[in-house]
Amino acid sequence: MNCFKGRDVVSVNDFTNAEIEHILDVAEKMVPIARGEEKNRIMDGRVMASLFFEPSTRTRLSFEAAMYRLGGKVIGFSDASGTSVKKGETLADTIRMADAYSDVIAMRHPLMGSARLAAEFSKVPVLNGGDGAGQHPTQCLLDLFTIRSEKGKIGGNKVVLLGDLKYGRTVHSLTSALSRFGCEMTFVAPEQLQMPKEVINECIEHGVTPCLSTNLAEALADADVLYVTRIQKERFPDAAEYERVAGLYIVNKELLSGCKKDLIVMHPLPRVNEIHPDVDSTPHAAYFRQAFNGVPVRMALISLVLGAME
Amino acid sequence: MKELRVQPIMNGTVIDHITPGKALKVLHILGLPKPESTSTISVAINVPGKTCKKDIVKIEDRELESSEVDRIALIAPNATINIIRNYDVVEKHRVNIPEELIGIVRCSNPTCVTNSTEPVQHRFTVVSKNPLRVKCQYCLREPADIENHIL
Ligand SMILES: [Zn+2]
Repeated sequence: MNCFKGRDVVSVNDFTNAEIEHILDVAEKMVPIARGEEKNRIMDGRVMASLFFEPSTRTRLSFEAAMYRLGGKVIGFSDASGTSVKKGETLADTIRMADAYSDVIAMRHPLMGSARLAAEFSKVPVLNGGDGAGQHPTQCLLDLFTIRSEKGKIGGNKVVLLGDLKYGRTVHSLTSALSRFGCEMTFVAPEQLQMPKEVINECIEHGVTPCLSTNLAEALADADVLYVTRIQKERFPDAAEYERVAGLYIVNKELLSGCKKDLIVMHPLPRVNEIHPDVDSTPHAAYFRQAFNGVPVRMALISLVLGAME
Repeated sequence: MKELRVQPIMNGTVIDHITPGKALKVLHILGLPKPESTSTISVAINVPGKTCKKDIVKIEDRELESSEVDRIALIAPNATINIIRNYDVVEKHRVNIPEELIGIVRCSNPTCVTNSTEPVQHRFTVVSKNPLRVKCQYCLREPADIENHIL
């Protein structure tokens, strides 16, 4: 395992399985601090630049909460309007500035590959909080952390991925990571939103041949994890077709009554109507715990890349 | 006596075994003819070779640099480069697609950061040479029509 100090977190593919497990081990230690049950000041005197070139409330707040929980401070912006970026400053120059003012950079940017570019221009570590339709490694890691803490392990689980599997960015890196850990996978989606070939081929290269299905109830029969993503209206030429397709894949209490007792339902949030609120009170609902997990996972990454944890 | 279709040159570069029909594209990629240059360039298209047809380009008084040759490899992978001095071939090698393409091919993804105003070069990792597959090191996409994105 390579030393984490000084490393960038651009893509989950930059890490081996053992390194990912290590990040999750550290995240586990962070849970009581993230809950406020224990105090910790390992980031005392450190500054994180939080550069959100496009808004993302959940990702930004959990990065910032992570830094504050560890006793650090945060500078930055939550969208690009009103900054020099709007005046035409390049990302490279904004990064050079943030690099001079901070110890670590958390960023989100609409262009693919922007985090890789930022990492090249920054001496301090860059944590990618999403680069357009590209990578979103902290989301992927918190998803893996959720599966591991709910199920005890990542590999060996039967995972059903549901919804927009074609355009869903997070779902591609998650699929790749799950196949690396040896999860069995079923992709349930309307035909026009099914998982791209390249992602399926990647699974096969990792030794996992996924099943493709349009029948949710059937796929769920012996599943351990159901990962739901939102089907966006914009993907459909007409509203009636959207209503019809989206209606086929609504997860509710009744559907889950036929599943394993310990099936967990995950969702990157925000949800619209793909998970009925009647699921919230069932033991299946893991999505709020999943959202909380963003904090300890980001705490782990900040501490590791700044060398405060090993 | 076999008729010579293209005269031998005294000094310069002969690019042989170009994929038939690609000679003009090769010249375009090399930025030839240069407006300020008066050196002779001869082009032969669909020349019958030992096994199949080929294109040939002869550039007088100019020895090609390897960065230029890398570009040619993307459209004419079987081409050979012959450096001629005083009518003798002093150097002969096949073009070789490098492991990494830097500043040679543009990313076809409009939302890739390399297509913005950032001070960064296009960088690709060569995933496979035959068939040619390259992957952008920034957006991680594989452009389908590499030939049309050569810079
Ligand atoms: Zn690109």
